[in-house]
Amino acid sequence: MKPDRKTAAGLFVLALLAVLPPIFIWTGNPFYVDLATRLVILAIAATSLNLILGYGGMISFGHAAYVGLGAYAVGIPAYHELYGGFDAIASFSGSFQIPLAVAVCALFALVTGAICLRTKGVYFIMITMAFAQMVYYLFVSIEEYGADDGLVIDVRSELPGINLDRPLQLYYLAFVSLVLAIVIVRTIVNSRFGMVIQGAKGNDTRMKTMGFNTYIYRLTAYVISGAMAGYAGALLGNFTTFISPEMMDWTRSGELMFMVILGGAATTFGPLMGAAAFIVIEEVLSHVTIYWHLPFGLMLILVVLYVRGGIMGLIEGRWGRRR
Amino acid sequence: MKRTLTALVATAMMAVPATAAEIKIGFVTTLTTGAAVIGNDMKKAVELALDHLGGKAGDHTLTVIFGDDQFAPETGKQVTDKLVKQDNVDFVAGYIWSHVLLASRKSVLDAGKFLISANAGPSALAGKLCHENFFSTSWQNDQTPMAMGEVLNQRGVKSLYVMAPNYAAGKDMVAGVERTFKGEIVGKDLTKWGADAQLDFSAELAKAKASGADGLLVFYPGAAGGAFIKQYHQAGLKDILPLYTVFTVDALSLPRLQAAGLDSVIGSFTTQHWDPTLDNAANRRFVADFKAKYGSYPSFYAAQAYDAINLIASAVEAVDGDMSDKDAVRAALMAADYESVRGPYTYNTNHFPIQNFYLREVVVDDEGNWTTKVAGLVYENMKDPYYEECPLK
Amino acid sequence: MDTALFVIQLLNGLQLGLLLFLVASGLTLIFGILDFVNLAHGALYMLGAFICATLTMWTGSFVLSVILSLPVVGAIGFAIERLVARSLYTRDHLDQVLATFGLILVLDTLAHLIWGPEGMAIPLPAWLDGQIAVTETLVIPTYRLLIIATGLATAGGLFWLVNYTRLGMLIRAGASNRTMVAALGINIQLLFSLVFALGAVLAGLAGMLVAPITEASIGMGNNIIITAFVVIIVGGIGSMKGAFIAALMIGLIDTLGRSFLDDIFKLFMSTAAAETSAPAVSAMLIYIIMAAVLAVRPQGLFPPKVR
Repeated sequence: MKPDRKTAAGLFVLALLAVLPPIFIWTGNPFYVDLATRLVILAIAATSLNLILGYGGMISFGHAAYVGLGAYAVGIPAYHELYGGFDAIASFSGSFQIPLAVAVCALFALVTGAICLRTKGVYFIMITMAFAQMVYYLFVSIEEYGADDGLVIDVRSELPGINLDRPLQLYYLAFVSLVLAIVIVRTIVNSRFGMVIQGAKGNDTRMKTMGFNTYIYRLTAYVISGAMAGYAGALLGNFTTFISPEMMDWTRSGELMFMVILGGAATTFGPLMGAAAFIVIEEVLSHVTIYWHLPFGLMLILVVLYVRGGIMGLIEGRWGRRR
Repeated sequence: MKRTLTALVATAMMAVPATAAEIKIGFVTTLTTGAAVIGNDMKKAVELALDHLGGKAGDHTLTVIFGDDQFAPETGKQVTDKLVKQDNVDFVAGYIWSHVLLASRKSVLDAGKFLISANAGPSALAGKLCHENFFSTSWQNDQTPMAMGEVLNQRGVKSLYVMAPNYAAGKDMVAGVERTFKGEIVGKDLTKWGADAQLDFSAELAKAKASGADGLLVFYPGAAGGAFIKQYHQAGLKDILPLYTVFTVDALSLPRLQAAGLDSVIGSFTTQHWDPTLDNAANRRFVADFKAKYGSYPSFYAAQAYDAINLIASAVEAVDGDMSDKDAVRAALMAADYESVRGPYTYNTNHFPIQNFYLREVVVDDEGNWTTKVAGLVYENMKDPYYEECPLK
Repeated sequence: MDTALFVIQLLNGLQLGLLLFLVASGLTLIFGILDFVNLAHGALYMLGAFICATLTMWTGSFVLSVILSLPVVGAIGFAIERLVARSLYTRDHLDQVLATFGLILVLDTLAHLIWGPEGMAIPLPAWLDGQIAVTETLVIPTYRLLIIATGLATAGGLFWLVNYTRLGMLIRAGASNRTMVAALGINIQLLFSLVFALGAVLAGLAGMLVAPITEASIGMGNNIIITAFVVIIVGGIGSMKGAFIAALMIGLIDTLGRSFLDDIFKLFMSTAAAETSAPAVSAMLIYIIMAAVLAVRPQGLFPPKVR
């Protein structure tokens, strides 16, 4: 195997993320730890989306719903533990909430995926969005959990040995989770299962004639992806200590898609690169002007039009030419 | 890649340690989306307040950093976090929206900073979630509609149809009018709110008309108010279903209604703790200078924002810029020792003002502009209905 | 339930449905013929409203401004096709969704910069500002009847255009076999630009019609575009008939849901619960219908015959 510039760049960013936050604290910039935490959590969500969107060709336009569901799976048990009612799920315990987030999202992905995967192309894009909108309006309607106003998560998940109220501990939990997410997706992609998924993206009929029930394979990938996004949502809920239906809006799903494309779809570190670039650009631009959506939108268009393969494509292309 | 790194390093170096003589105020409001019309008015009032103060409280410089909540609680919390952690402000003020304030409050209060609401007054913050470092320069959400309910009783209105946006303040408004209105509420609609708010009220207006109510009470702040009044006008409901509003007809919507020629709003009533015609020195100066500087009447949002900055300045001056003694700052805020544009007021145990509520009537001023004037006093020194639930004494 | 209220709500639903059709018809044309997902279609709806509001301020006449604004919006659509959309026809839907998502951000922010955040009202002439009393209890705002009339007339014109004109023939031919049309010596590039401009005009018209009711505001297109997508998906992408039927269906379901769902809910739940859950459930209703339609007919209700 020849030395891979993309992997080197990805590992470099990971290394930066591993060492920078304590430096931020040490130099009196705790806000940048927040920024890094958001970055890492969104990178997990983008990595999960990359599995189906990048490798599987399943363009889900409703991924933010899983992130939101995961966050509510933290917020709702905590709410009931604090204010009573619904004893069956009332709990502050992270070892209950986080599996709940994963399970709820896996189940939601299973049910909706079974329907969505019957459709193709733009119908698939739109039906995934429709299901996300349904979840959005469901939470808008549940008065008890704050409806449109959102739900303040008063107490973070309690985990053995980790205090999530400490920003650095929460950060490193998210960081380790990101590394694991990247490893898991890479392992899946390189397995026989992953080959079938990628084969079905290129030529579904061929995989079917080869005897693979691609529908089941794709559905499995869809469920894994949803569950991972739910986990990211559970972390996000713990990070923001606030969850509102707004986080499941279709524009949020669009942002996750953009992170994947910006970084480079179907690459190991692409979603991480995309999330990093997205967060940094958003932070810098919104600092400069309240009209930051203008340059941001232009950049989005230009990236789609001219930067094939996203940041990863650039890294690869640049080095390729020099050789 | 390299750019990412440079950006991170560059931003990391931007932090500047706060000097003792510089008091920083974060001001969170809405500067984008249609609701920015409110945020911009508050921003103007803040800048006018700083002009009047010469940018100083005693010897200490006041610096205001604005944050845009984009009309979304989650974004509001993010910008609040940034103001608290990165800019290390001493006070966070502003907040138009109750849900944004509720989402952001922990970020400010847990960091030991002072939180001053210049508009939103959700019931929770007046009751169970009240906090020693939280103060309001506006009102509790229920109070204005309570005053309106009282007015309706006086006018012999027996049945009422209520419409409000579906968010924390909308629900408080409905609860408020239910508290004092003695007649029957024959129907209510809570409509979608936020950046993609529902703006066509045809279905709801048809229902309201069919309900046969004596009156229609609505709460539609900002741009939605103009759209609502317009459709009410087009539906020809003026003589069938008289309109009563809270926080809907204001200095922001009136010029637009005037431009559109919707004169059915003239002579209509609203209730409020403040009006541009309130006769006190601070208010005369505020209204005259605001009109001179910006060419329009200030809205009540502007009045509250102006008061918020002056309240903070009075406290900073009282403690001589020493923000380390939280108890002293709190006591100084509690004293409300400044020239409020609403006239003097005191703070209740839950840090909401005890103040008068007036009936305001829409009139045409000497220059032909549509504005409001005080048409009567509804409540004198009114306390909000939640203060007894607040554990603070 | 009283009849007058029901009739009024039916008309309100019809009005919403026709506005949706104006947006969705352009979307489905562009989609069906160019195979292009245009999320920014809603921005043209917004631009229509703002341009018409500005012209009304200058000319003082709403009707004249609508007539003047239509070619302006068409020209903007033409320009967008040449500058952005054209490069995306050969790309996959994902790229199209993202690029047009970026276009929304750009156009919304431009509108904010040009017209300010507060939006713009459009005053109506006196003859449109009143009401028409059909019976004693049945009083309808004149302007809403005008919207319905304009919507129906435009729909009729569009059917005529697509089914009985040379341009319509080319459009239909282009939708079913692009290379064939090009081989016949038709300037397919120009045809595409014209289709795009036509879609822009239709969306812009919808925006102009709605602005006197809701005012022109930043981001107003983002609310309707998702619903318009639901319409064309339910109707079957590329089908004008499908878009029309689905638009009316969704408009009626949405309006009737908003008006009567709480009464229906009150039959089996508490008043308070009904009043709060009904609006959200009626908002979910159209997505539930869409998912149900796609679960049964993955190509929508009226998929075009030849693809």
